[in-house]
Amino acid sequence: MALASLAVVVPLVTAALLAGTTSLHARRVADVVALTAAAATAGLCLALVTRSSDHAIVAWLGGWRPRGGVALGIDLYAEPLSAGLAGFAALLTVAGLLVAWHQVDTAGHLFHALVLTFLAGMVGFCLSGDLFTAFVFFELMSVSAYALAGFRVEERAPVEGSLSFAVTNSIGSLMLLVGIALIYGRTGALNLAQIGAALGGHSPDALVAVAFALVTCGFFVKAAIVPFHFWMADAYAVAPTSICLLFAGAMSELGLYGVARVYWTAFAGPLGPHAEALRDVLLVLGLATALLGGVMCAAQRHLKRLAAFATVAHMGILLCGIALLSDAGLAGVAVFVVGDGLVKASLFVSVGALEHRRGSVDEAALYGRGRELKALGTVFAIAGLALAALPPFGPFLGRAMIEDAATKEGLGWIAPILVVASALVGGGVLRVVRTVFLGRGAVPPRHPACREAVAEETDLARGRTPSPTIATGTTLLVLGLAWGLVPGLIDAATHAAARFTDHAGYAASVLRGTAASAPAPAGEAPTAAAWLYGLASGVLAVAFALLRTMPEGPLRALHSGRIGDYVAWTAVGAAAIASVFALTLA
Amino acid sequence: MRSFLALAALGVLGAVLVVAVTGLEPFGHYPGPYGDVLAKVVPDERHTGQLVAATVFDYRAFDTLGEEMILFAAVCGCAALLRVLRSEHEEGEGAPARPVPSFAARAMGAALVGPVMVLGAYVVVHGHLTPGGGFSGGVVVAGALLLAYAGGQGLRLRRVGSITLLEGTEALGAAGFLALALAGLIAAGTLLKNFLALGTSGMLLSAGTIPVGNVAVGLEVAGAVALVFAEFLEQALLEDPE
Amino acid sequence: MSLLAYLVAVWLFVVGIYGVVTSRHLVHLVMCLSVAQASTYVLLLGIGYRKGGQAPIFGDIPTSTPVVDPVVQALALTDVVVGATVSALLLALAVQAHKRFGSVDPDELNALRG
Repeated sequence: MALASLAVVVPLVTAALLAGTTSLHARRVADVVALTAAAATAGLCLALVTRSSDHAIVAWLGGWRPRGGVALGIDLYAEPLSAGLAGFAALLTVAGLLVAWHQVDTAGHLFHALVLTFLAGMVGFCLSGDLFTAFVFFELMSVSAYALAGFRVEERAPVEGSLSFAVTNSIGSLMLLVGIALIYGRTGALNLAQIGAALGGHSPDALVAVAFALVTCGFFVKAAIVPFHFWMADAYAVAPTSICLLFAGAMSELGLYGVARVYWTAFAGPLGPHAEALRDVLLVLGLATALLGGVMCAAQRHLKRLAAFATVAHMGILLCGIALLSDAGLAGVAVFVVGDGLVKASLFVSVGALEHRRGSVDEAALYGRGRELKALGTVFAIAGLALAALPPFGPFLGRAMIEDAATKEGLGWIAPILVVASALVGGGVLRVVRTVFLGRGAVPPRHPACREAVAEETDLARGRTPSPTIATGTTLLVLGLAWGLVPGLIDAATHAAARFTDHAGYAASVLRGTAASAPAPAGEAPTAAAWLYGLASGVLAVAFALLRTMPEGPLRALHSGRIGDYVAWTAVGAAAIASVFALTLA
Repeated sequence: MRSFLALAALGVLGAVLVVAVTGLEPFGHYPGPYGDVLAKVVPDERHTGQLVAATVFDYRAFDTLGEEMILFAAVCGCAALLRVLRSEHEEGEGAPARPVPSFAARAMGAALVGPVMVLGAYVVVHGHLTPGGGFSGGVVVAGALLLAYAGGQGLRLRRVGSITLLEGTEALGAAGFLALALAGLIAAGTLLKNFLALGTSGMLLSAGTIPVGNVAVGLEVAGAVALVFAEFLEQALLEDPE
Repeated sequence: MSLLAYLVAVWLFVVGIYGVVTSRHLVHLVMCLSVAQASTYVLLLGIGYRKGGQAPIFGDIPTSTPVVDPVVQALALTDVVVGATVSALLLALAVQAHKRFGSVDPDELNALRG
């Protein structure tokens, strides 16, 4: 009971203490305190995972239990998937704080305070059982993120990147809030289980469909799904490395978690009969995101933007997994989030280390200059292969589970598309290995986007990478690779996913306090076809790495860096999704 | 053209939203159970008639906790984004002073600061009895500080108030609310449980932790608004145009 | 008209976003965002309104009087705070943009392309 509340409150209390004492400028003390708080939060979340392995933990805050099916208060709902995601976010926060150990400017203790409020927002969002509470903690996460992305205000690019990020995501939050208001207008409830119960008996009309569309669009902006993704490359290119790894590993995944949670608790009942139409829409969006992200990733010369588009592509893959609307798909998503998140985080740490050693993030400017950095090059190469979902590593297992789940639903044709997307991403990273660390092959053309590469200040000389950075980067990579080899993971993930999608069980445990009888399906190991797809994408990635340029057509011009364009595309996306949902789901 | 695209998209979105809102109950016929259930149970359970305060500080106090921390994080963010960088500090010291406001402005400012501060404190403390509460009262108190600045005092000091003091107040408010939440956890086993004596409805000391929550929020909001203003002012005074 | 409040909310939302898209001044952009946020206040409070209902404060009135919904008022309160804080952050960024780029026109922020 108390565990869930403490998991949210511990980082908040620490943040308040740190910010209140910021004039003292006790940097190392703040580092240690923040690290301890993040580690403690991780421990609390992992304790929640183990405690909730049999039945979910429902903590009614303030002691207000529901009466007659009407929830008076707010509940925190912990079960392995949500608590696990929160714990993963906390672990990445620990990693981020370690990487930030040698960052020069932290504005007193404000950096640490903001990172901790960011963490609290993520944990609160994962554990929330109430729709408006989820919105509030989503906003807490977003507000901290806007400030953290623009943290290096002495340069021009962070100000611009943070502005695009903040404006686009605020509009996403607005859409989310309008959706919540519409749902409240229809059901008179804010508790997810109660909403599900209220909507459940009736077939959906335009209001329900549009409300769901708006909520989904709001989350999609955060998850960087096409066409809401434009802000991501700008924000990642300018944020400090420690923050990038948090964004890539946890923040965007939380957007998709929100969609899954809201769907399976509140909307699965009324939208159930229309599942096919919903699946098709979400699949189109997921595949478009995966391909666009892959192409833009392979076409980038700016290393951080390359990694950002890799994240976009992988968000597309995750959305495909959720789009299947099945337990197996969701299990694959859960496995992929962790495995891929760890590898991407290590990639960002490596890019940061390279930037520190060579002072640039422009691939063309770095051509051949990484020849002495053998260890860093190896890390890049392994990360690239892992991102291409080469078996048997973490990302492979996740993608294999998603592909198998798709085949089970008769949608096996998406697997080759996922292969191409992963291969483009892996190919982009491997091409960086070829040009920067091996200095071989065709020189990529210089690109104007890189003239404003922002160099990070650290307090160490150029000649050495700080040891916390090395340790964090390699640990993240090793964990990401090993994730694919954890025994019993597939069963645990499938079991957790089955509980997540059991919306009647969720309603029962929240509104009536009865422990639902959890179904226990067995997980299946990846099929031979999945292994073949994994190997194929690995090989294809190497092939892509040998190309000089990636034709991206008019795509690059669309990523103009102008806020007005981004918001216009957001409006287009929202209009399209809302009208399609209204027509097909109502 | 970007605006054409936006016009088309927003036209479609607007039309879809209009279709959606026709599904709502007609304006003036609130249907849902939540508000009605609260109206029935709150006066007895919480010994207060202020339903909104009870909702904000008791039933849905966790949302308020999150919202407090959003305010807190945003103020930290503003302080971080507007921080005076070392290089700028040296340039900024020579900025000329602003013209002194007229006697009328200074007199009114001086006369009103006290009453406004008292009004703000009154609104904060009576949040569980009358409309108002921590948020509105906190803004009024911050207004008193801004009035002091506009009335001329702050100009001579070039600051609204000591930034350290404001930071401390704001952090105290945030920590106070969190402490209240934790006290509920320690005293009664659940976070944010209203564990103080409920008293008699209509008296100042009633409704348990609700007035305490109001005070914490009032402190934080007042500190936050004044702090943000002070930060912006520091930046503005740096880049003084000739 | 029974839908007027909701239609006003939809109009504010759409107009606010259009303002953000076509804005040529960062402060104007922040204000347009505030207009779009105002649409959510109108929508929420419109949903909770009850004809003939009093304010949900039982100070002087008997507890059996019909009142409007207090929950949407709490939601709108949270919403206002969130909107104000985001505006503050965006304005802080606008100040820094003016200092770094010498301009507050969003289209002239050209450090990031492609």
